[in-house]
Amino acid sequence: MIVHQLSVFLENKSGRLTEVLETLGSESIRVTALSVADTTEFGILRMIVSDPARAKELLKNRQFTVNITDVISIMAPNEAKYYAMVLRILSDQDISIEYTYAFSVGEKSVIILRCSDTEAAIKALKDHEMELIKASDLYKL
Amino acid sequence: MDRNELKKVQSERLSETVERVYFNVPYYRSKMQEAGLGPESIHSTDDLHKLPFTTKQDLRDNYPFSLFAVPMSEIVRVHASSGTTGKPTVVGYTRRDIATWSEVMARTLTCAGADRNDFIHVAYGYGLFTGGLGLHYGGEKIGASVIPVSGGNTMRQLQLLVDFGSTVLACTPSYALFIAEAIEEAKIKRDQLKLRVGVFGAEPWTENMRREIEQKLNIKAIDIYGLSEVIGPGVASECMMQEGLHISEDHFYPEIIDPVTLEVLPEGKTGELVFTTITKEGLPLIRYRTRDLTRLHYERCRCGRTMVRMEKCLGRSDDMLIIRGVNLFPSQVESVLLEMSEIKPHYLLIVDRINNLDTLELQVEIDESYFQDKISQLQSLRQKIQTNLESALGLGIKVTLVEPKTIERSEGKAKRVIDNRKY
Repeated sequence: MIVHQLSVFLENKSGRLTEVLETLGSESIRVTALSVADTTEFGILRMIVSDPARAKELLKNRQFTVNITDVISIMAPNEAKYYAMVLRILSDQDISIEYTYAFSVGEKSVIILRCSDTEAAIKALKDHEMELIKASDLYKL
Repeated sequence: MDRNELKKVQSERLSETVERVYFNVPYYRSKMQEAGLGPESIHSTDDLHKLPFTTKQDLRDNYPFSLFAVPMSEIVRVHASSGTTGKPTVVGYTRRDIATWSEVMARTLTCAGADRNDFIHVAYGYGLFTGGLGLHYGGEKIGASVIPVSGGNTMRQLQLLVDFGSTVLACTPSYALFIAEAIEEAKIKRDQLKLRVGVFGAEPWTENMRREIEQKLNIKAIDIYGLSEVIGPGVASECMMQEGLHISEDHFYPEIIDPVTLEVLPEGKTGELVFTTITKEGLPLIRYRTRDLTRLHYERCRCGRTMVRMEKCLGRSDDMLIIRGVNLFPSQVESVLLEMSEIKPHYLLIVDRINNLDTLELQVEIDESYFQDKISQLQSLRQKIQTNLESALGLGIKVTLVEPKTIERSEGKAKRVIDNRKY
């Protein structure tokens, strides 16, 4: 249920993001999802990739500052009300969401969540019969 | 004064000073004894070369008051400026020292053509730094009207310059340019200002900068020199000829040495400026190494004064920087960073001058093991570094986190500073 998301520190320098993607591209690692959290001085690149362990190694060898963060992924129909439901379940349980992002796969959507308490979040979502995606399935996308 | 007469006066004062430090300052007594010297070894300025040097490190080692030659009850003023690492350099003044300081500052202002009819706008910082109060006492001594504005709040500075009709401006040269630009932007017209002359110091500045200031503010820009350890501003000042700064050598005896061999250099050679205070009571200093590089000229000046002149300082023999008039040693930055485990002490200081104000940026590498996934964590780290540095240095600084291994390593002494200022 826990998905390994890659986080990479990006200095506010032109070309850094390109270099990251080129590094992953060199071994044909697939990127399932990508987002950049930015401030004026630096950014954190977050990615779901097909082989997180290998990707981390590759990036570290290229002197990037990388970490693996545990996130949860849920499959839901591609409608706002379902996304809202997921968020409501968590807030009812006082589980705070650090960040979230989503993308569509056909008529479904995949929602990625980073929560203050991953275990509690998984339990809450399961109790409400939400469809959690296995990490291995996500990496195949 | 005839130079032979002057030498007699200097020698007498030097003997008195050596006696004073020998009997009152344990640090000097032991240094002299180690060198096999006593007060009787020094009869004239010709004997000065026998005495040991004093450095900023010695002041730091004797922090705060161990180098004072009088009991604290005699000290009526204490000032401080930046030291090489955490500790400031502390200086102390007796009542007579304050009178001496006022006297040499009065000379400085008189050299710049100021008198009792002038309004002096003092925009040097008031506080522990010697700039503001130094100018203040000098101004009062000549009977001028002193306006103790201190630094900052440029809009108010402009308002006062216009409303009070100040005739003399005292601040750092870069602040003078900053004010000049603010005046232009505020569309204040030339005839609204009554400025005639400016006394600028506390940082190095070139002839180019002088021309710019003179042209923009329509004033004569006079270079003044000083350092807190010797007394503060007032050690030397240009006269209206602007051909070198007259040193008050009846109070501060200058020598030029080779910074490497420590030999005294012959007249006219460029080297490091060394001062021996010959009238100070509170903190007399023997052969204090300023680290400023310059050259001395003993010929009579066109203004008529015979006091030796030093050229505008050409640089330093150490790594000290002056940012907005404040001393900064890279090692100060290092000691703050070393106390923080979240970063590696690989850093780069970038100094620049934007819109005539010095800017300081610190690039520092994050420690890989510290990086997690939270923006807020990195933000607060950046803020923490900034806060720690600002309180240690007394200077605003912009902190940029950079990726590990991006700052150049070198085999010898790492290049820690990039100074982009061209002045």
